[in-house]
Amino acid sequence: MKFTLNVWRQNGPKDKGHMATYQVEDITSDMSFLEMIDVLNEQLISQGIDPVVFDHDCREGICGMCSMFINGEAHGPGRGVTTCQLHMREFSDGDTITIEPFRAKAFPVIKDLMVDRSAFDRIIQAGGYVSVNTSGNLPDANATPIEKADADAAFDAATCIGCGACVATCKNASAMLFTSAKVSQFALLPQGQVEAADRVLNMVKQMDLEGFGNCTNTGACEVECPKGISIENIARMNREFLSASLTSK
Amino acid sequence: MSLNAHIPEGALADKWTTHKAKIPLVSPANKRRIDVIVVGTGLAGASAAASLAELGYNVKAFCFQDSPRRAHSIAAQGGINAAKNYQNDGDSTFRLFYDTVKGGDYRSREANVYRLAEVSASIIDQCVAQGVPFARDYGGLLDNRSFGGVQVSRTFYAKGQTGQQLLLGAYSALSRQVAKGRVKMYARHEMVELVVVDGKARGIIARDLVSGELERHSAHAVLLCTGGYGNVFYLSTNAMGSNVTAAWKAHRKGAYMANPCFTQIHPTCIPVSGHSQSKLTLMSESLRNDGRIWVPAKKEDAEAIRAGKLKPTEIAEADRDYYLERRYPAFGNLVPRDVASRAAKERCDAGFGVNKTGEAVYLDFASAIERYGLEQANIKGIHNPSAAQIKELGEKVVESKYGNLFQMYEKITAQNPYKTPMMIYPAVHYTMGGIWVDYNLMTTVPGLFALGEANFSDHGANRLGASALMQGLADGYFVAPYTVGTYLADDIRTGTISTDLPEFAEAEQTARTRMESFLNNPGTTPVEVFHRELGKIMWDQCGMARNKEGLEKAIQDIRALRERFYKDVKVPGTMNEMNPELDKAGRVADFLELGELMCIDALNREESCGGHFREEYQSEEGEAVRRDDEFAYVAAWEFADQDPGKAKLHKEQLVFENVKLITRSYK
Repeated sequence: MKFTLNVWRQNGPKDKGHMATYQVEDITSDMSFLEMIDVLNEQLISQGIDPVVFDHDCREGICGMCSMFINGEAHGPGRGVTTCQLHMREFSDGDTITIEPFRAKAFPVIKDLMVDRSAFDRIIQAGGYVSVNTSGNLPDANATPIEKADADAAFDAATCIGCGACVATCKNASAMLFTSAKVSQFALLPQGQVEAADRVLNMVKQMDLEGFGNCTNTGACEVECPKGISIENIARMNREFLSASLTSK
Repeated sequence: MSLNAHIPEGALADKWTTHKAKIPLVSPANKRRIDVIVVGTGLAGASAAASLAELGYNVKAFCFQDSPRRAHSIAAQGGINAAKNYQNDGDSTFRLFYDTVKGGDYRSREANVYRLAEVSASIIDQCVAQGVPFARDYGGLLDNRSFGGVQVSRTFYAKGQTGQQLLLGAYSALSRQVAKGRVKMYARHEMVELVVVDGKARGIIARDLVSGELERHSAHAVLLCTGGYGNVFYLSTNAMGSNVTAAWKAHRKGAYMANPCFTQIHPTCIPVSGHSQSKLTLMSESLRNDGRIWVPAKKEDAEAIRAGKLKPTEIAEADRDYYLERRYPAFGNLVPRDVASRAAKERCDAGFGVNKTGEAVYLDFASAIERYGLEQANIKGIHNPSAAQIKELGEKVVESKYGNLFQMYEKITAQNPYKTPMMIYPAVHYTMGGIWVDYNLMTTVPGLFALGEANFSDHGANRLGASALMQGLADGYFVAPYTVGTYLADDIRTGTISTDLPEFAEAEQTARTRMESFLNNPGTTPVEVFHRELGKIMWDQCGMARNKEGLEKAIQDIRALRERFYKDVKVPGTMNEMNPELDKAGRVADFLELGELMCIDALNREESCGGHFREEYQSEEGEAVRRDDEFAYVAAWEFADQDPGKAKLHKEQLVFENVKLITRSYK
């Protein structure tokens, strides 16, 4: 297969950036999208052009590091996939593919397709944990039974990989899906109850400080989320937030 | 230097308790004056950094990813073992210990393994308290499943994403300490040199991967939690960034590498599909609970399948060879990983492979779907269910257990594993070998510790499934916080280590010179090409089966490749910028040295044990022949003469007082 690639090139945070066009050939349909970029990069290096910088690591859809905006969609076409799991069989021979970074005020571009998502880490630092120290003397793991439905719902929320597709796809660049997934995980479990009010208030505050936009319920985040995190979590966070705001001491 | 493992005296079950009781303590006020560096933020690193910070030490943590949450522990799928005996199926600390020593083919240290089994139950308590959403049954209690090489159900899991949930648990504990200012987190930083002052590890040189700057960081102790080196094979289930550089730099500064040839080839991975493939994807071992592995019994059927003329579902039951069930009736599809991998290779080498390349076998869920379907029909009171009904009900059960794995398989291969059997083949997955450590997890460099996959201590020659997560968290949460403190008790009056010491300047200069030489090299070949070539040598000669002739050739080939690499590698860009090619060049340079040492170690070990299978040492039925009289030792290699080929061998004799060395049999 052959492709024409329009790729965003930006040599550092202060550079204005531009689209560059490259041709790639000898691509097979079972290559992943990132393997296609590998081919491009080997070609660019041989031609004396700087390779395209992009984030990637596990290449099996779980680390959340890859982050390309492909033909106007976060992680490209297909539902429930990250860029590393996208395969070239989803495209047709001869296609022109446009590749951009995840764009949001809170995700500044570092170089080319690589962005800074450390804002997500700071949201977690604001309260995305249960305050329990390491000790060999905690209650037995089976001391508190948890209803299976709650445990499963907490798990579903906890599968967020923190890739930022929700932010990139949202017209407001809102981080509500990401933040609410963590708030929900703990809100659904007894372990999370003690700090529930402080947690939601602090995490939402940090989210706003980072410059993420507001949620206007378009639901685009849920559609693009590679892990299928539901916007029910946003509703749950809003309830948690409201009740915490009213009862906070 | 003679190797002293510092194993405490006393009965096996009392060693850890007595040892902890004798450990000198560091007062809270003094802890605040002590700095600790943790490199890597996977399960071992994140849990160690969080725990040490909770205790009061000043911790600096480093990871090369953009966030500590992305370390490759996140990709672990199946589960974590713990001797909780919640299923009342006869599990105990001793049984977990015994299974691990036996599974490791008697090449691990008894005392370390027993401690691992001992703290395993606390790990589950800790994780549940942190809000890790483990799978539960309808009574609200924790669910378990079974893994290879054992006959109890002791594996805790969170669907096929156990590693992710455990890592996010450790990451949240770490984040809590970052918020408190107890841990300073350096993401997108790579350790490029270890700094040794007066014989002690006192800091690291790290490269800020965004600005390209080299930074000096000092501390009273350095913990390497940098994972394994499976990427030396180029294709593996490791993440693209997983590398040996931190460990190798430590090796060059005096840390011995132990049993580097012990690598785990995981039996159930998605087969290689093409030349430009960059990595392999694992299909969790948990699938072997319900999946049956087979190849056609007739060669002509296998040939027809490879030619695309026959479908696996068209082959009659009688014409299938469920070779694991045939060869190992007692454990069947749940034999340990090394045994399962070799059996797959044996069938494929004999011409029974089932994909285009001839290197794949089937993992079939049809009988599990039927079994679960019938069970569900009974539960729902459906009498005389139709085949379609059974299938539908059964598929739902299988989906709830392995849904995300099936989905992942379908995304990669475009085949539906509910309808047609999965195709799998062994791939490099984990490295049991690693930096030599004593009972306190300290390396041969005082003040330098190695935790998790980066050390060698617990898994011998073969790791059991669901034990990597256990070891990472055991080391980080429950072992290092005690043992690192023992070492630091002597450092309460030392004061801050200055980064102006000549040792720091020297280490920084070494790193700078190395990087500049890559950038100024007048070569023409991208780094990737050399890495791919190294991977092929390693896979062919130091993979699932090894022999003297092949290993000797591999050593020559690697040396020649290394020479070509330095002559012809092309690294674009500059030092003072984000430059992934430069990072990769440094990593591949270290793999090119490690690969040689692995072959030397494999050549030295004239026996077959666990993942190390020397063709010269096998029984008539093709089973591994271990040679305890000569090789019941840990091979710890000391770097010498600036040449990985001249490494000096030190032997740590393994003493087994609590288990009897027997031939591992799963028949």
